[in-house]
Amino acid sequence: MLSEILNKKPLKAADDKVYEWLRAQIDPVILDIKKPFKYAFTYINRKMDRSLSVEQIYENVDCPVDDEGNRLTIQVRNLSKIFGKFPETAIPLLEKGMTKDEILKTTGMTVGLYGVDFDVREGEIFVLMGLSGSGKSTLERCLNRLHEPTTGEVNIEGLNLTKLSNQNLRAIRRKKMSMVFQNFGLLPHRNVLNNVAYGLEVQGIPESERLEAAQKAIDMVGLSGYEKSKPSSLSGGMKQRVGLARGLANDPGILFMDEAFSALDPLIRSDMQDELLKIQAKLSKTIVFVTHDLDEALKIGDRIALMNDGKVVQIGTAEDILQRPADDYVSRFVEDVDRSKVLTAGVFMKRPRELVKSNQGPRTVLKLMEGSNWNVAFAVDKAGKFQGIVETDDALRAVRDNLPLASIIDGDVPTVGIDTPMSEVIQHLVTTHYSIPVLDDENYLVGVVRPSSAVDVMNVGGNNNE
Amino acid sequence: MSEVGVWAERGVDFVSDNLDWFLTGLDNLLDWALSGLGGFLSGLPPALFIMMAFVVSLLITKRAMLSVLVGFAFYIIYWMGYWPSAMITLNMTLIATLLAVLIGIPLGIAAAKSDRINPYIKVVLDFMQTMPAFVYLIPAVVFFGLGLVPGVIATVIFALPPAARFTNLGIRQVAEEMDEVAESFGSNASQKLTMVQLPIAMPTIMGGVNQTIMLSLSMVVIAALIGGGGLGEDIVRSLSRVDVGMGVEAGLAIVLIAMILDRLTQSAKSED
Repeated sequence: MLSEILNKKPLKAADDKVYEWLRAQIDPVILDIKKPFKYAFTYINRKMDRSLSVEQIYENVDCPVDDEGNRLTIQVRNLSKIFGKFPETAIPLLEKGMTKDEILKTTGMTVGLYGVDFDVREGEIFVLMGLSGSGKSTLERCLNRLHEPTTGEVNIEGLNLTKLSNQNLRAIRRKKMSMVFQNFGLLPHRNVLNNVAYGLEVQGIPESERLEAAQKAIDMVGLSGYEKSKPSSLSGGMKQRVGLARGLANDPGILFMDEAFSALDPLIRSDMQDELLKIQAKLSKTIVFVTHDLDEALKIGDRIALMNDGKVVQIGTAEDILQRPADDYVSRFVEDVDRSKVLTAGVFMKRPRELVKSNQGPRTVLKLMEGSNWNVAFAVDKAGKFQGIVETDDALRAVRDNLPLASIIDGDVPTVGIDTPMSEVIQHLVTTHYSIPVLDDENYLVGVVRPSSAVDVMNVGGNNNE
Repeated sequence: MSEVGVWAERGVDFVSDNLDWFLTGLDNLLDWALSGLGGFLSGLPPALFIMMAFVVSLLITKRAMLSVLVGFAFYIIYWMGYWPSAMITLNMTLIATLLAVLIGIPLGIAAAKSDRINPYIKVVLDFMQTMPAFVYLIPAVVFFGLGLVPGVIATVIFALPPAARFTNLGIRQVAEEMDEVAESFGSNASQKLTMVQLPIAMPTIMGGVNQTIMLSLSMVVIAALIGGGGLGEDIVRSLSRVDVGMGVEAGLAIVLIAMILDRLTQSAKSED
């Protein structure tokens, strides 16, 4: 009965007020008591970290550059990872050509990765793609040494990570890279703001500074207003936004994403992919993205490395993998792709050559078109926004009648978006005699699909029936 | 007597002969702590104590109903006339628990961090927990004589294992992904422990502390046999006099203290 009385609403409200008043009296005292402990703790931590600064570590190291002038942020050379008691002993066996299963049978050790080589260029999304057990997550964990590679090198901006002492490795992890996890990995006892600030707190950055940086990252992933929420009160998609914000907060050059969106339901996953692409357009991080979902890989990957049995079987763009599978395994893999989703204008478009500016004179345009033997040219304004097409006949007429170019630009032509399925693009192709312009959300001309691409689509589509 | 008993006797003799400085120091330290807190508890007027108990309970549990009942439970103890004994028992329980937690949690952390020492710690903990509680009283008396201090020492030994075990379990249960989170952002060992592992393991650890308090309370009664005093002494006396009324009253007082401490520790949650 007593509990009934005490749980009545007005009493409950009064109760909360009493509680809050008491807390207000006592909290500052508790904070004062905690303060010296906090200082002592920070001091001890600083003493424990005898690592060099990142600048010192990189003093005599240059980032390698490939033939096309891209900086190679990550270089992986002959990387192997064996799980078991005496990992080194399995390497000679692998060199003799023994298979994974044979080694497991004779030595009891598991081959996680063997002979992996690849480069990741600065600012690209590099997808590690494969079925479970193919070694993709192991590979990613070797890149920041959460797993210790058995042999081989991992170079981060030219620095061999495998040779670093633990202290220096920590310095690199703090400044150069961060990771987003499949099951979010949020600290349940911290609110969103403090979760995002975790990486900065570890570096010993003062509270006000780190909270400011965390707030920026939270705004970027669109979670403003949830700073004080605990992770348990957030939905899956929001949790991974927190994970992403935490990865971005310490402003690393490299972001490792381990099946980051795999635990989300399909609609949210698609949203998060778009969000990632949007953020990537702004920040151009070097992202290594692990996934088992080919659709996801094709959608977000600039380049994709397909893995099987601890080896990389093919590295290439989405189109390479779809059109020129390196071996049977890859072609079987791409068979199951949802083609309507993957065969999009974005995959098949080419860079437009027949470009004219809408402020050019008709005579210049005509000369350009006749010189290059174009029947049709695509007109864009100064910023690159699509205006329409120009046909040779019209250009001739404009020169003859002395009309401005703007009057002969035909803006009423079929255009498609990056995500438009090729089946729809082909319908446009058969009704016109020119390539179909591909525009992004803001009407910038990003490419064209040529009539010849229709043949490619049929080639790729043909694999389905084999 | 077999060899085992002979060795045990020799061991105890050796300690009391050669580690006198250590035993005296420990004796003095515990005596200081016990008389300090004991003086404070028995010096407080019961009414003031009950009010403080209410406020502390409200701060920890945030539940008015429970806090009223906590105050009420202390009032019943006062009303039955066991206030001075209850304060002695509370004093011993709190000091013993504090010591058990201070030793047990680091022990648990060590066991969780190292697979090599874990089995040894486990054996020691098994020994401490299952050896009949009365057995500890014998060396305690040899080392410290009669009184509160040997009672507290025996209590600490008996009540320490859950704190260590639950800490070990709690840290080992932290998901591997959380360790990877700590590592991948460049945390060092102490940051990983204090910022990730301990906070996540805290509910489990608090479960262990709760068990430690319950065990201390039950041991404190047994410690009355060597002059521990408090409610235990009342119970021992009622047993020798076959005084049912006194036995039930003192027993009830212990039950009430146990319930209060249990509810307070169970609802204590770690806050950021």
